[in-house]
Amino acid sequence: MNIPSDLKFTEQDEWARLEGDIVTIGISDFAQDQLSDIVYVEFLVAEGEQVSKGDACATLESVKAAADVYVSVSGEVVEVNEDLVDTPEKVNSDPYGAAWMVKIKVSDISELDQLMDAAAYEKAIEEKE
Amino acid sequence: MYVPHTEAEREKMLSTIGLKSMEDLFQDVPAVERFPDLRLDPPLTEMEALEELQDLASSDETTSELVCFLGAGAYNHYVPSAVDAMISRGEFYTAYTPYQPEISQGTLQAIFEYQSLISALTGMDVSNASHYDGATAAAEAVSLANAHFRGKRSKVILSPALNPQYRQTIRTYNPGTELTFIGDNSGVALDDSPEALIPLIDKDTALMIVQYPDFFGRVYDLSKLAEAAHAAGALLAVSAYPIALGLLKPPGEFDVDIVTGEGQPLGIPLSFGGPYLGFFATKKDYLRKIAGRLVGETVDNRGQRAYVLTLTAREQHIRRERATSNICTNQGLIALATTIYMSLLGKNGFKEVANLNYQKAHYAAKRLSELEGFELWSDEPFFNEFTLRCPIPVAKLNESLLEYGIVGGYDLGLDYPQLSDHMLLAFTEMNSKDDIDLLVEALAEVSHD
Repeated sequence: MNIPSDLKFTEQDEWARLEGDIVTIGISDFAQDQLSDIVYVEFLVAEGEQVSKGDACATLESVKAAADVYVSVSGEVVEVNEDLVDTPEKVNSDPYGAAWMVKIKVSDISELDQLMDAAAYEKAIEEKE
Repeated sequence: MYVPHTEAEREKMLSTIGLKSMEDLFQDVPAVERFPDLRLDPPLTEMEALEELQDLASSDETTSELVCFLGAGAYNHYVPSAVDAMISRGEFYTAYTPYQPEISQGTLQAIFEYQSLISALTGMDVSNASHYDGATAAAEAVSLANAHFRGKRSKVILSPALNPQYRQTIRTYNPGTELTFIGDNSGVALDDSPEALIPLIDKDTALMIVQYPDFFGRVYDLSKLAEAAHAAGALLAVSAYPIALGLLKPPGEFDVDIVTGEGQPLGIPLSFGGPYLGFFATKKDYLRKIAGRLVGETVDNRGQRAYVLTLTAREQHIRRERATSNICTNQGLIALATTIYMSLLGKNGFKEVANLNYQKAHYAAKRLSELEGFELWSDEPFFNEFTLRCPIPVAKLNESLLEYGIVGGYDLGLDYPQLSDHMLLAFTEMNSKDDIDLLVEALAEVSHD
């Protein structure tokens, strides 16, 4: 299971990457593996919208389930990866790269402190398995 | 095994929704009606019960003895005997949607054929496996639009010429949403074309719904409506009369987004209002937002053609509160009946039925408009139904017509006070020329009492 050490993670298996004041959000390798083949990505937020920590930003549909992706920080949505709508399979093949979902300009960077680091997340998914 | 809720569970549920007692749940029912004292007759033997039911049944007057010119949403069309014979086969005989779908290949194939026929008839990309009736299908169009815009557009425009019962059902579906309904209460004149609704469309409009032909029987070109809706980013839904689509341009060719309608005319008896069938078809763009079942064709692991319930992650048992609708069933048996009906008629037979309906109505319109005191309300094109202005109240006319063995038209004054003394008359292949001539003679006599 790939768990990059430079990312932060949520209990619902989203990852967050901080660059400047922009946080990029996606789902973890573990999450894509659990969902199996992703066939549909729908975004629930648009560029310019304000979101609060815990809001759903996207819905993923796999051949066996549907799952929401939640934002782990509050702020303004500055970019949505619309390419995923036409290429949902990228969520399976490149969850930490091409399958990033939204970029948020954070209003309170300290919200990220509540997330898990890679080691804690690794432990968390071991318990789930 | 039936496991009832415990007292603790009940209390928890009540406190979650902010109620104190079970009785609070029934506050919308007037207190006197809550626990009525049922004074039932003493029990009957089977023989006595059967006799009583037979007496009741034989006191009904039906379209098999009477000549019927009543439409307004349900139509007296011929149902070929093969329809009943085939739906009665044990392999098919369930009213319900398949819940163990993969072993119900025959049922799934029938639904797949149904979807294909509805798509072809409406000129749309995709059809679901059906809804309960035309009214609920129209209401599901509203749910689709609301889900499509994720609740961010709050306005739905209902044409005043959309069936009044459909408008009522749509409003009944939506007290819990942020949607407001305009159009039928916005002062648009009934004799205006649907294009009079265009100024109501704005950036907050999610959906506009019109009827084709409209409730008064009129047929309009809908392409300008579609253009105007799309220019504002809104969707256009059309509730269509399926038999008319054998002759008229299918709504898909006007670039509409959703086509719904009542499937009863396609081989389902009138039978006192149900069970009927709602058909629902859309452009491919809205595939994931369609409520209800969808059957798809695929191949199994031996390379053989097979059918599956597909895209089920849309549905509420998986998507939960984010699903478009909590409807996940379909009218299995009724959809099968309409599939048999459409297959039996075929493309040419369907056109022929449509043409018969059209010709009979136009013959009737010509004769009736020549009657003294009667006049066609509109000079717009129509299919098999039109509005007739009458010299005396419709209720009175209908009472007299019944003495001639005729079920008269719909009293439009019931829904539209400004159209009192206006009768909506429908003509189908079931009405012979003699029947129509009898109607004309009867109206001439009874209106001059």
